[in-house]
Amino acid sequence: MSEEKKSPYIIPIGPTHPALKEPVMFTFRMDGEVIRDVDFAPGQTHRGIEWMGMRRNPVQIVHLTDRICGICGVSHTLAFSRAVEQVAGIEVPERADYIRTIIAEFERIQSHLLWAGVAAHELGFDSLLHLTWRVREQSMDVIENLTGNRVNYALVQVGGVRRDIVPEQHRIIEDCLSTYEGLLGKLLDLFLHDKTIAMRCRNVGLLSKDDALKLCTVGPTARASGVNVDLRQDYPYCAYGDLDVRAILPDQHLGETRGDVYDRIVVRLLEVGQSCGIVRQCLSEMPSGEITAEPKLAKLLAICKKARGEAIGRVEAPRGECFHYVVMEGKEAPTAWKVKASSYSNLMSWIPMLRGEQIADIPIVVASIDPCLSCTDRVAVVRSGSRSILTKDDLHRLSVEKTRRLQQ
Amino acid sequence: MTLVTTIGEIILWTVIVSLFGLIAGLFLLGIDRKLAAHMQARIGPPLRQPFIDIRKLLVKENIVPENAIPWLFNMAPVIALVSSLVILLYIPLGSLISPLGMYGDLILVMYLLTIPALAMVAGGFASGSPYATVGAQREMVTMIGYEFPLAIVVIGIAWRLWAAGVAHPFLLSSIAGNPVWGIVGPLGIAGLILLLIVLAVVTPAELSRIPFDTQEAETELAGGLLVEYSGRNLALFSLSTAVKTLVMGALAVAIFFPWNLSSFVALPAGVAQVADLLFFLAKVVLVMFITVTLVRVGMARFRINQVVTVYWVYFALIGLAGLLLLMADSALGTVAGVL
Repeated sequence: MSEEKKSPYIIPIGPTHPALKEPVMFTFRMDGEVIRDVDFAPGQTHRGIEWMGMRRNPVQIVHLTDRICGICGVSHTLAFSRAVEQVAGIEVPERADYIRTIIAEFERIQSHLLWAGVAAHELGFDSLLHLTWRVREQSMDVIENLTGNRVNYALVQVGGVRRDIVPEQHRIIEDCLSTYEGLLGKLLDLFLHDKTIAMRCRNVGLLSKDDALKLCTVGPTARASGVNVDLRQDYPYCAYGDLDVRAILPDQHLGETRGDVYDRIVVRLLEVGQSCGIVRQCLSEMPSGEITAEPKLAKLLAICKKARGEAIGRVEAPRGECFHYVVMEGKEAPTAWKVKASSYSNLMSWIPMLRGEQIADIPIVVASIDPCLSCTDRVAVVRSGSRSILTKDDLHRLSVEKTRRLQQ
Repeated sequence: MTLVTTIGEIILWTVIVSLFGLIAGLFLLGIDRKLAAHMQARIGPPLRQPFIDIRKLLVKENIVPENAIPWLFNMAPVIALVSSLVILLYIPLGSLISPLGMYGDLILVMYLLTIPALAMVAGGFASGSPYATVGAQREMVTMIGYEFPLAIVVIGIAWRLWAAGVAHPFLLSSIAGNPVWGIVGPLGIAGLILLLIVLAVVTPAELSRIPFDTQEAETELAGGLLVEYSGRNLALFSLSTAVKTLVMGALAVAIFFPWNLSSFVALPAGVAQVADLLFFLAKVVLVMFITVTLVRVGMARFRINQVVTVYWVYFALIGLAGLLLLMADSALGTVAGVL
């Protein structure tokens, strides 16, 4: 113990701390103000949603998936619905695909703006936080207009969507889009040309392209390190196949890619502009027709109940790839349902990013991957009151054991 | 006048000035919060919010952490508040004669200004929390950073007054009595503006405000130095911050903007002092708005190494340039005088 008290000393950050918007436990080994090493333990906000889901039917689960995350509700419902639709062989009408795309892009807009505000707050720049969040309100209003809710939209349903977008709503959406396109230049200017923000973000929290690939990072975190991945471009779903979506990389705007916090700001802000373009294109090209494959829920349930097989649903959430795995075996509830949120893939990138940085950089570096821990925490191992760490070998052994059990 | 009546008078004035300092300081914080809120498109708390906060803190439990050093932990806030109040006794408030103004000068004020900060450092180290320890280390580094530019300002002004033949140039009453802008030429004005900028930049660091609030840094250290403080002790620290805000404003006013209303407009004796005090408060609010509110609304927090660079390199150089300009101005003045 006396050894530990000397340099490097230990600073615990978490499970609750003002730098963290959601609970996670960091242990920093510090040398003065410099971080020598860092370890983190997620699993503080596990709620057993998958367990609840396995006792419900797909129509009910859709509303549970809405509540996995307060920000990327659409991504989870969409990923889950797409998995179930594949298992049950439900063909989604084209109009529903366009509406799904529109709401998913609005979700991206509000999520990135929310993140930009949080990032400003982590840097101690509260004016920018208030400004960004005021700007964000308009997208929230549009979402409320389209879905009836600010959060937990309940718009996506297995087989389609629950509400149509009527011509009167086009004007409201168009208003919002043009406001954002007008504001984007100002926002980029505020974030990228502010001296203090550049001082705090340039060359801070570096993640090399190699590390980004090795750690399987996804979404803006990977793209900011120069990895050209975007599900909307690599594996188009919904209406994205009809649109021309290209992954946004920092060198398109800055001419180079460094993989620092600054690049992550650039990628996210540019994606707000991209999303505006996508929504506008969807509105103009949206075909007419049904919005759901099966409007009668009882009939839909009957179809799901007969379904057998397994499938994955992949969606590019604001934070990266969101992945749902569903197994159905002709019962009302799915036999297996596994959620892998985008933050799960991104968390490990904290370690190379934080090593060698200063205490002052912890909040912004931690926030820079836009962690969503309530999305991520799918398991907490607590046995007789004590926590234990499962290594890769343990997990492999456990999964082999489970397979053997299933084979019997 | 006997010694007893003098001492009695000093004690009476001390009580009055302290009460005034506490109330005016808390209102200053309220004004700061309201103005910042409006600039951030918020409504903001009412002006009396700091008073409500203090009253709430005073009825809250005062927790001393298990691994703290209790006597030091409890003493630090008292020292911080008392030393900030003592500074106020040396600074002229409008045309009122400061009760101890005759017994100490600007050098003493500079030393006294370090005491609340040192008390916070001691309190931080005594808290036995890693956040407070890091905060205390940062506070010390910040102090080392801003003391040098602050010293340049003080020396510069006093030296110029001395060169102009003012007796006791370090006494705040003589500085306030001889507005330094009036005795310098155009070069000196440029030098004074540079020194004013340096003092304006030192102010947020003295008051632990953004961008120099690394020692408290909410998002990094969860309050840093003050993380373990609660209840009465935290109330004392808040009061000390309030008084220090007034002190820094009053110091800037006394050095750079010492004019009184009564010297421009003829007013009856009683009215003049009240008018001067109100005018003084208006000047303090203006100084605080520019040096604290405007800066904290428009900037992000620096890292501790950036704080040191900012002060030791940029503002020390600006201060030295100001000092050189003042010297050149004085030399030119002498030459002109000889000719």
